[in-house]
Amino acid sequence: MFMDFLWAFVIGGTLCLIGQLLIDLTKLNPARILVTFVVAGVLLGGVGLYKPLVDFAGAGATVPLTGFGYLLSEGVQKAVGEKGLLGIFTGGFTAAASGIAAVVVFALIVAMLFKRGDKMT
Amino acid sequence: MGNYYGKGTINFDNAPSVHSYASAVGPKEGQGPLADYFDYIGEEAALGEKSWEMAEVILQKSAFRSALEKGQLAETDISFIFAGDLLNQCTCSSYGIRDFDIPFIGLFGACSTMAESLALASVFVESGLAQNAAAMTSSHFCSAERQFRMPVNYGGQRTPASQWTATAAGCVVVAPRKAPPYVRAATFGKVTDMGVKDVNNMGGAMAGAAYETISTHLANTQQSINDFDMILTGDLGKVGSGLLIDLFKRDSVDIARVHADCGLMLYKISEQDVHAGASGCGCSASVLCGYILKRISEGKLKNVLFTATGALMSPTMSQQGESIPAVAHAVHISAE
Amino acid sequence: MKITNQEYNEMLKASSPNTKLHMTLPKAFIIGGFICVIGEVFLKLYERYGAGRETAAMLTSITLIAVSAILTGFKLYDKIAKHAGAGTIVPITGFANAVVAPALEFKTEGFILGVGAKMFIIAGPVIVYGIAASVFYGLIYYISGTVPV
Repeated sequence: MFMDFLWAFVIGGTLCLIGQLLIDLTKLNPARILVTFVVAGVLLGGVGLYKPLVDFAGAGATVPLTGFGYLLSEGVQKAVGEKGLLGIFTGGFTAAASGIAAVVVFALIVAMLFKRGDKMT
Repeated sequence: MGNYYGKGTINFDNAPSVHSYASAVGPKEGQGPLADYFDYIGEEAALGEKSWEMAEVILQKSAFRSALEKGQLAETDISFIFAGDLLNQCTCSSYGIRDFDIPFIGLFGACSTMAESLALASVFVESGLAQNAAAMTSSHFCSAERQFRMPVNYGGQRTPASQWTATAAGCVVVAPRKAPPYVRAATFGKVTDMGVKDVNNMGGAMAGAAYETISTHLANTQQSINDFDMILTGDLGKVGSGLLIDLFKRDSVDIARVHADCGLMLYKISEQDVHAGASGCGCSASVLCGYILKRISEGKLKNVLFTATGALMSPTMSQQGESIPAVAHAVHISAE
Repeated sequence: MKITNQEYNEMLKASSPNTKLHMTLPKAFIIGGFICVIGEVFLKLYERYGAGRETAAMLTSITLIAVSAILTGFKLYDKIAKHAGAGTIVPITGFANAVVAPALEFKTEGFILGVGAKMFIIAGPVIVYGIAASVFYGLIYYISGTVPV
């Protein structure tokens, strides 16, 4: 049990560390980092390298955005298996549906309930 | 009438007076080292308004009203107003001035606008075309962030060379010669592009323009840095100031002796988390209209070459891979 | 003295401060790792209450998105992010912040043209290229013939 948390911490932390290195050394802006991580997740998931990491580190591998990419690749694999050609197009969005719907709804709720903030300190 | 020296420099033979001046700032600037000098300090960034743009409008209105009041002038005494800001369509200037019944000349010079507007107002007064002419500019951290960078609450990290856009405005009323400070000369700078592409290093992009304009002004007026007790750049910050000093070193000129930068004066740099210093039109405007002009009026500063620098950065062009052009305008303000 | 752009940029590089890697890297590692540990806690919790592995992972994502949205609403997320850098950009919470921050920021322009239209100005490319990559991968997977039509 404790080891699960430790590995989640180490692997998750390492993925963030790679992101920080990209920001500091290549001057990639955040939007490019996000895209890089998601696409990398799809590729790594596709060639079967990311699943072992998920099995090993749990949330340490699924919470970073590479995990979102992995989720997309898994979704496509499953959908192609079930629906064939059509699955190529439905798999990604189906797998991402809960995440995208959640982010849209929570963003709307926050926009409705909260005042926007300044940054004066 | 003024004399044109060529290459952008105008000499004001009649040396119009800075009749009155005022500044208005936000809360962060109100915690800075110059707090005692500002005419108005807002309690919160929104200044009671619904949008950041309208908050910036309030800053301009407040600076303008204070300048009129301090100069005992009525709205109708102002012949022209020269104003600009950072936002598209110079929004905050036109909205700031729409309630006043004054001919408006909108300017865009990014953070060089204070010097640009002051120089133009002086030209109009010097030539007798205007009795009193006002020069004004502003910037607001949040309105600038949302237009040029990211939404304010986005969790990005600022780089060490980045500068903090001042929430501030300044206004100067220029009138025919009567009492100091006097405007003696001005140089309008050329657009100078040193090929800098880093949108988070404005000081670095602008130092070349500051060097160009200061050198041109000194050459055209046959003066040296010894003729000034302060050469004040607008908002070069730490990086740009260091670079400017290095650029003059190549000419064997030790400008560091007389150089000061508004971007390094507005905040407590080490405490207020502004990285390389302040920037924005309001930075040089509030430092000039809050602190510097007061020092000149009191005779504590005799000759100041106020050189506001502007990075003419367009997010569109930066995304297209273009470098950032910059411009600097210099105004010689004197107590004599 | 005239200066070429190349000389100028070399001088600029010399006088520009570099990011302090010994500060940014440990902070990104620790805070990013910590967010993943919180994810692991939720993952275990949902599994304990009977959710399957896949469902638990989805519920965990939704929970973290909600937490990040609330922290953004209270203007806390960007305060943490100032220190964490990629530690708060890379986890799914950073994706949520990238959607909620513009939604909140552009509220002044109304709910359709402000909130609605600008919500994905930062995170939009993630969905565009994530989905495009998944379709591309799906095509290869399909053509490689490992599945029946």
